[in-house]
Amino acid sequence: MSALVLALYLFVFPGFLFLLGFAWFAEWWDRKLLARLQHRVGPPFLQPFADFVKLLSKENVVTEGVSARLQAALPLVAFAAVATAFLYVPLLGASPFGAPGDLVLVLYLLTLPTILLFVLGWTSRNVFARIGAVRAASQLFVYEVPFFLACLGPALAAETWAVADVVNAQASGLWTFLLQPLGFAVAIVALQAKLERTPFDIPEAETELVAGPLTEITGRKLAIWNLARDIALVTGAALLVALYLGGPTVPGVALEGLAGAAIGFGAFFVKTLLVLAVLAAIRAAVGRIRIDQLVTWGWAVLTPLALAQIAIAIVLRGVGWP
Amino acid sequence: MPEVELPIGPQHPALKEPVSFRVLVDGERIVRLDLDVSYNHRGVEKGAEGREFPKALYLIERICGICSHAHATNFAKGVEALMGVTVPPRGQWIRTLVAELERLHSHLLWLGVLAHEIGYNTLFMYTWRDRETIQDLLEEISGNRVNYGMNRLGGVRRDVSDDLRSRALEGLRGLADRAGFYSRIIREEQTLLVRTRGVGRLPRDRAIALGAVGPTARGSGVDFDVRRDDPYVAYGDVPLHVMTSSASDVFGRLEVRVREIEESVRLCTHLLENLPSGDIAAKAPRVAPQGAYVSRYEAPRGELVHYIRTNGTDKADRVSVRTPTLANWLSVVEAIQGRVIADIPVVVAAIDPCLSCTSRTTFVDTGTGDRSAMEWDDLVAYGIRYYREREGLP
Repeated sequence: MSALVLALYLFVFPGFLFLLGFAWFAEWWDRKLLARLQHRVGPPFLQPFADFVKLLSKENVVTEGVSARLQAALPLVAFAAVATAFLYVPLLGASPFGAPGDLVLVLYLLTLPTILLFVLGWTSRNVFARIGAVRAASQLFVYEVPFFLACLGPALAAETWAVADVVNAQASGLWTFLLQPLGFAVAIVALQAKLERTPFDIPEAETELVAGPLTEITGRKLAIWNLARDIALVTGAALLVALYLGGPTVPGVALEGLAGAAIGFGAFFVKTLLVLAVLAAIRAAVGRIRIDQLVTWGWAVLTPLALAQIAIAIVLRGVGWP
Repeated sequence: MPEVELPIGPQHPALKEPVSFRVLVDGERIVRLDLDVSYNHRGVEKGAEGREFPKALYLIERICGICSHAHATNFAKGVEALMGVTVPPRGQWIRTLVAELERLHSHLLWLGVLAHEIGYNTLFMYTWRDRETIQDLLEEISGNRVNYGMNRLGGVRRDVSDDLRSRALEGLRGLADRAGFYSRIIREEQTLLVRTRGVGRLPRDRAIALGAVGPTARGSGVDFDVRRDDPYVAYGDVPLHVMTSSASDVFGRLEVRVREIEESVRLCTHLLENLPSGDIAAKAPRVAPQGAYVSRYEAPRGELVHYIRTNGTDKADRVSVRTPTLANWLSVVEAIQGRVIADIPVVVAAIDPCLSCTSRTTFVDTGTGDRSAMEWDDLVAYGIRYYREREGLP
């Protein structure tokens, strides 16, 4: 592949430029669905973009005694991590950056924002931010294990650590979620926790901790952080689509040439929106649980379920089915 | 983490009114909780003492935005008793109707607030939408959505027409369905259950000892309701069931309020269907003879007490208001002990705090930040000394 095509992939489509638009679109889709589920009208189409521009123009407040550079750098690093992770998720066909073992890289990059959130809260010199940071870190240990295990299931079934190969293994239309429904459910719930959305919005519980680790974060730092959060949302959803819903593949359609790429992208787009809709529905249906309840439930229910799914997948693999 | 002080209020997203909790926490666990309710003293009692009765009624109604009718009716009831005025039955029934509609809108508002405190915003949006039905009805009946201004001394200001009655009954039919829906939701929704069951425990004997009132007490199994036990306006003539719960925690308070929503819808329907005919108000004299009266009323949040003393003029000599929230604070401090940060908004919201009606003054040494209370005699002496110095009197 020529350098020009690679550069286009990296910066225009489906890289940086497209990702920006897609992230804002996903935020709008999420907010709009949530609003309709709550009998509200919801935001207009360009609202996420308008919010971003508005935040960019706001005053950049830095708390006394906090390193302004560190505080400005952390959201950027989070943004870079999740945007890089998105490059490895197959959209049209296999990603040109794909490598053996890139699934591990994506999982690692998706974990970074939570760790950065902890640092951001802990260095904020604010009691709400600190308690929120501790909660974010405690929560990390609860959901990461089942999330990793749930991502391991499809990899085991396809006997590869490359996202593209997991997708190809499902090209026949036998998507992983049909074989591993339990794993898919665990992945959805763990992703909801990873993105800190209700019922797992414990670190930034508004009625308890104001805005949690982000309490002191304003202006363009908050704008970048929110953008990173939106990208994490689409990357997480896109990863689940790749691992469990066959990515851009459509059963019986060969993804070749320009038309193939268009069909592949369309399939990927629709599937991602469906996953986002499920995430929004969970957000609308329940209230927030407490951190102690999450820890108990995460280790007593979610992780054993993920382990059970892995065990079932290994046994099925052993007897040679499917 | 070492122990840190977490300031909840006077400005905080969980509490939209000025109250301050200084919470000492060790990690997530609460070590100690200090409460300060004196951020917004408005001097309504003193203001009411300086005005003629009809104007005082106008002022008293503005003690609270949610239970404005409760304050106005309770004050009017007391003054009418002192004046010896009898309100005609139709006036009493319309007062009762507005009181029950007010309870409905207050409880629906509260249900939404509790849901919001645990991040369950969908339920919040649902209940506040249903609350609009009641506010529209109240607007049609009284002309206002919030401070209804329905009372005047001797009766009510506006009549309820037959046309309005049929429309109100239709709205109430829709609300009865919704009340059934909420009743099902609070029993089945898991996140709501895990956040309220066993949280903020207040055993029956402690509820009585700490003087809890209203749904807070009834949620701990205290079977007391002023409407039934000391009937006023038309409550003696209508079928009323007092709801209690033996759960003795936030869920108990939730259960009581949701069942009261269902009961209030039934009660409003009964009131509208059996509204007696006749006058809506009697003429009240301008002055009240010397006397004192303790007026009790079951506001949405619990028993509301007005003490009114008159001395034969057209103004009250002394007005003292004991709001239900003031009676319930102690139970909050008890129920929150040993819990975690996440339970603070839930336990506080469970008493349905109404802070602007509750503010009391305290003395703060601005130099050291020390706070103290003042005895009545000291306060009188302080007042006399203050005015002497200001007027330059010997």
